[in-house]
Parts: sequence; structure tokens; C-alpha cells
Amino acid sequence: MERGPYDEMRAADGAVRAHFRALADWLAETPAERVAEKRREADLLFHRVGITFAVYGDNAGAERLIPFDTIPRVIPRGEWNELEKGLRQRVAALNRFLHDVYHGQEILKAGVIPAEQVLTNEAYQVAMLGLELPNHVYSHIAGIDLVRHEDGKYHVLEDNLRTPSGVSYMLENRKMMMRLFPELFARQHVHPVEHYPGLLLETLRAAAPPAARDPVVAVLTPGQHNSAYFEHAFLAQQMGVELVEGMDLFVKDGFVHMRTTTGPQRVDVIYRRIDDAFLDPLAFRQDSLLGVPGLLSVYRAGNVALANAIGTGVADDKSTYPYVPEMIRFYLHEEPILENVPTWQCKRAQDLEYVLEKMNELVVKEVQGSGGYGMLIGPAAKKSEIDAFRSRIKANPANYIAQPTLSLSTCPTFVESGIAPRHVDLRPFVLSGKETKLVPGGLTRVALQEGSLVVNSSQGGGTKDTWVVD
Amino acid sequence: MLSRVADRIFWMSRQMERAENTARILGVTSNLVLFGTVDVQEENLLAPLSITGTEELYKERHDKLDLPALIDFMALDEKNPSSIYSCLKWARENAHAVRWLLTSEMWETLNATWIEVRAIPRSRVIGSGATEFFDWVKERSHLFRGVTYGTIVRGEAFNFSRLGTFLERADNTARILDVKYHILLPSVEDVGGALDYYQWAALLRSVSSFETYRQLYRDQIFPIKVAQLLILERRMPRSLAACFDQVKEALDRIRGQRDESAKRLAYELHARLSYVDIEEVFQGGLHEYLTAVLTDIGELGSRVQRAYLGAI
Repeated sequence: MERGPYDEMRAADGAVRAHFRALADWLAETPAERVAEKRREADLLFHRVGITFAVYGDNAGAERLIPFDTIPRVIPRGEWNELEKGLRQRVAALNRFLHDVYHGQEILKAGVIPAEQVLTNEAYQVAMLGLELPNHVYSHIAGIDLVRHEDGKYHVLEDNLRTPSGVSYMLENRKMMMRLFPELFARQHVHPVEHYPGLLLETLRAAAPPAARDPVVAVLTPGQHNSAYFEHAFLAQQMGVELVEGMDLFVKDGFVHMRTTTGPQRVDVIYRRIDDAFLDPLAFRQDSLLGVPGLLSVYRAGNVALANAIGTGVADDKSTYPYVPEMIRFYLHEEPILENVPTWQCKRAQDLEYVLEKMNELVVKEVQGSGGYGMLIGPAAKKSEIDAFRSRIKANPANYIAQPTLSLSTCPTFVESGIAPRHVDLRPFVLSGKETKLVPGGLTRVALQEGSLVVNSSQGGGTKDTWVVD
Repeated sequence: MLSRVADRIFWMSRQMERAENTARILGVTSNLVLFGTVDVQEENLLAPLSITGTEELYKERHDKLDLPALIDFMALDEKNPSSIYSCLKWARENAHAVRWLLTSEMWETLNATWIEVRAIPRSRVIGSGATEFFDWVKERSHLFRGVTYGTIVRGEAFNFSRLGTFLERADNTARILDVKYHILLPSVEDVGGALDYYQWAALLRSVSSFETYRQLYRDQIFPIKVAQLLILERRMPRSLAACFDQVKEALDRIRGQRDESAKRLAYELHARLSYVDIEEVFQGGLHEYLTAVLTDIGELGSRVQRAYLGAI
């Protein structure tokens, strides 16, 4: 029997689930005009604050607003507690894995993961070999994407261990909801998320070289034309640290300094929001104007910390993803709390055959792709698109993985015709420093088109406030 | 504060002030050309170009020199880096880069100005709508300065914004005065002699000080007093002395570093403007005096750039 997507608000018999009841009552009582008026107010406020993102390929530097949906997504505390345990476990294993592949490589020796999968991966950085990082943390800020299957069970769709973004929307969405609908927060206890910037600063300071007594932190951005520039500026402002570009930093006497109006100032921790390849033109891409010449040598000498570390991509690559449950067993001797989505690896002849045959049913992804680019959703694709993708897979099978088309759970969402269910995912953020910290919830992304499963903001997705409630 | 950030804020404020000054110069030029005598026509039209140092570029862009072409070039030509259009564009561009450090009112003022200037039809500005356009530019500049003064936290962003504004204004006042002096009074003997009341009045109006002159001096318009007002009168907010009061104040608040050469020069200029007598200025030659001041202002700009803002 075919089941539909999991409806987060209503059970199969149509009854509102207990944790959604307060919200459902409020929606039923509140006149539609008042809600519509509040939505317009929200649009205006977001525009004024300038919470925008730049869209690549759109006429250079254009800015767009990410649509914000005013109906929150509600998660009961008990459910979140389980999720949190699973997230801590997963990120702990991933950090252990990263430490291992740049040190003893025990997991490769044990044959749990094929050595070539790691060592020939383009995100694997030999520059990281043998380097000791404070607390053995590589991915200080991790964003783990979760989706719910038809039975409501959470699965990990992908790990983001490089420079995950979206947390500024999580914070702004909450601020907006509290401003627009204070009465909603009086009806039930919503766990706060506002302390995230404080936790982030604490996490970054914990990553500092041990010799730095009062570590200076800076956020490194590619600049104002980057799609996530708003977030970079927002986080720097919220943490009260400088937002720097590559040209603001220079290396001298074995340390990294900022150019300031009062002269050079040493920087101990760089929360970098630029990719590995652009960090240091002397070590990586020579044509990079975004990075800091000599940064890697300071990093290797232990005189500056980078968050996240270089070379974390080897652990969040979609071709590594299928091995994460094995990592959890190997390093932690525990069973994974959160499951993976079943994944076919096209580099395996058997899997490849299956994928090529079932392309119209599967989602096929590039192993290095992100942001909803470089993927094919079989059931929604035209035959010509499938054929084009098929020849790309055949040309380079190792570059692709495939997963079943997930139905993704739905949440009530404002659309033109009123309130209707739309598909959502969830990206909680896991901070690893001396301890591991999370704020309850995360960023809920919603596909606003009816039936669409693509929640990426670059592809027409919106966001919702995410409530963990008692 | 990061040098790059200070640089953006400094130039944002300079560009906005420059847009206003260019509007002022064009306003007074229009008046002089429309109502002045024919024999000084070309000199009057050339003045804005020599003030902004854009004669060469103008010749590349236009064959003949007349008022509509001049206004087109100075107001709306995006190829002219000192046009009002370019200034408003760069002020907004600089603000955009440091938006998180500005108040939302500051950003909105510059952003809205930029959006509006792009929608203004060229035909209006070079035609009957010229005065209206210049007034609008002045208003937007007043608004921006007021919004900045009224909303931004007192810190380095404020200090560098003030520094940029008043360095630019000092530079402009000195240039206007020098160019007008040059044209109107080619030889020292003529100073105080054959003055053209109308031209001096236009000069006063270009720096919003015609009424101020009357109020402070209660006298006919003599060039020496015009010079006194524009150079040494610190009660007049566009005078060199008043600008340097502000420049000095801003630099006093800016946290020091080892390179104090910018502060040293600013204080020296401030002292010179405080203790000089206008008769002395004229004895040494007004033009020579203004040339020296302009050189010093240029040097001060370079030193500020070097000491605080990083490489150009």
C-alpha cells in the first residue's frame, strides 16, 4: 500500500497532533486578514533589515529576499532530545574520522572504508597530515540536514562540515515571529535559540591556539557579492568581532594580523567562510584573491586556528556519506541513532546498473555538489534531462550517487490559495569546541511550490521558524 | 577599526559631500552664465572643470563648451568620475560594503538617493529642471549628514565620516575661492578695485553664505571680506577655518598610532588658519596662499590614507 508524505501537523485520521494543537487553535481563531497583514509586515521588515542573499547567475550581484513563512514548524521536546543525541553522536564520529584520516588512518587499515575513497578524494588535504588541533575538533560548526520519511522517522540526508550556512535565518526568523505574534509565545513554552551567537563565539575561542590568552576572533568573508554575505556580516556583528576580507589580513613574523586604523592587530581564530581552495594563494589556488598569502604556514605552526579546519570536505562528500554509520560503530562502538538514507554508489558496477535502470524513480547527485545544483530528481525530470544526465553518469560514474526519491514530510504553509501542506527539511547546527553544543531546533527550509521537493533557497525554497516545545 | 572599513566610510562621506559641492558649483555657474556678461562667459563655463580638474576629460567627451553640455558632463555623465552621478554611485557602493556598521537610516538615505538619481531624466536636468536637480542633490546631502550625525554611534565610524566630510568641504571651498579669485582678479592692483558685485555675490551664494555675509559684516561686498568670510570666519560652517575645526576634532578623537604625521599636519593647518590675518594673506598673495592650502589639504589626505586607511 502506498503511503503519502508524513504530515507533521495531522495524524492519518486527520486529528491535530498534540504538539501542534496550540498553533492550530490559534490559526483557527485568528482572522485571515490579520494574519495576511502580519505577513506583509514581515516582508517589509525583512526588506528593510536587508536580509537578502545574492543569487549566482542572476544578473550580477542581484539580491533577493528568502521567502519567510509565518507558520512555524513545531517539534516536541522528547523528539528533539532523541535527535540531539543522534546529532552529537554523528558529529563526534565525523570529527574522530577526520582526526584519524590525517593521523593513524586506523579506519582505513581496518578496511571499514576503502583507502582510495579517502586518500584520492579531492577534498583530502595532505597539508593536514599530522597536524594537532585543539580538542581534536575539525568541524567546529556542522549543519546536518535531516528529512522525515513517510513513517515520520528522521534520516540524515547530508552532512555539511565545511562552511554550512543558514543559521542567520534561523535567528532572524525567531526574532520576526516574536515581533509579529507575541501572543503565540504566551500559549506554550518555545525553547529559545537566541544564544547561538554566544555559543558560537565560545566555540571559536575554544579552538584558539593554546598560547593565545585572550583570543581575537574574526569572520573571514569572500566579500559583499557572496551569496551568504548577509550571514557573515550578521554573525560578526552578533558576536562583536571583526568581519574581514582576505586583503585585511596579512602574515608577519609567524602570525596573522589585521590591518586596522591603529596598526596591525593579531588574529588568533579565523571563522572562515571561504573554501579551502581559496584560503592561501601560496598553498592552494594561486589565482585566489580572497585568501591570505602564507596563512597555511601559520596554521601549520599552530599560531592561528581556522574554523572549520582545512580538509573537512573528505568527511561530508556524498561518496563518503554512506560510510558514516560504519564510522559511528568503529569509533564510538555504538549503534547509529540517526539513520542514513539508502544510497547507491555509482562507482560500484552493481549499483551503477541499478541506477541507470531506475533513473526515473531516483534522485541522482554529484558527490561534490551542494545547494541543489548538480542533481536530478528522476520523477520530476523530462526524458531529455534524464538522458543527458545518464550520459554524464556513464562518463564518470564515481562522481555520482543516487537515493530513492524521498517524499519529505509536510508542514502547513501559507501559499496563495491559503494554508496548504508543503515539504520541509531541517538543518540543526552542531557546535564542537571543548564541549558539543546545540540550540534546540535549527533551520527549517520549505519547498513553496506544490509537490516540489527542492528546499534550497537558491532554487525557490523558503524558511520557517522552528519551535521545540514542551 | 579595520583600515578597509575606515576607508569605505571616509570615502562614502567625501563622495556625498563632493556631490553637494558639485551641485553648488553648477548652480552658481548656471546663474553666472545666464545673467553674466558675454566676455566672461567662457571663463565661467571653464571654472567648474578647473575646480574638479576634468578639462581634459571634458574635451574628450564634448566638442563645444556650453551650459547644457557642461551640466550633462558634471551632473549625469557616468564616464566622468567626479560627476554627481558617479559620486552618488560610489557613496552608495562604499556604504554597501560596510552596511552592517551603518545605521539603517544612513544606508536607506544613500540607497534611495542612488535609486532616485537613476530615474531622473537627462533632458530635465540639462534643461529647465537644472536648479531643481541641484537643490535635490543638496537636500540629499544635508539629509545624509544629518542622519549620520543623528543616528550613528560615536566611535571610529563617526570620526572617519566627519573627517571625510570636512576634508572634502575644505578642499572645495579653497578651490572655488581660488578659481574665482583667478578669474575675477587677475592682478593684485584690482583687489578691492574694480569688483564685480554680481560675481562676488554669486560666489557667496555658492557656499550658502550671502546672508551670512550681510549678517556678520553689515557692509557692502568687498572681496577682502569675502575672503575673510570664506577662509578665516569660523562662525561660517563652510569656511576653511570652520572645516579645520571639524577636521581637527575628528582627528583628536581618532585613536592614534605610531604614524602621527597626519595629525601633525592637520594641527599645523588649523593653527595657521587660527592665527593669520586676512591682510597678511593678501600681502603674500591670495592665490599663493590658496595654492599652499590646497597642496596641504592634498598632502593631509595622503597622510590620512597612509596612517589609517591603508594603500590606495
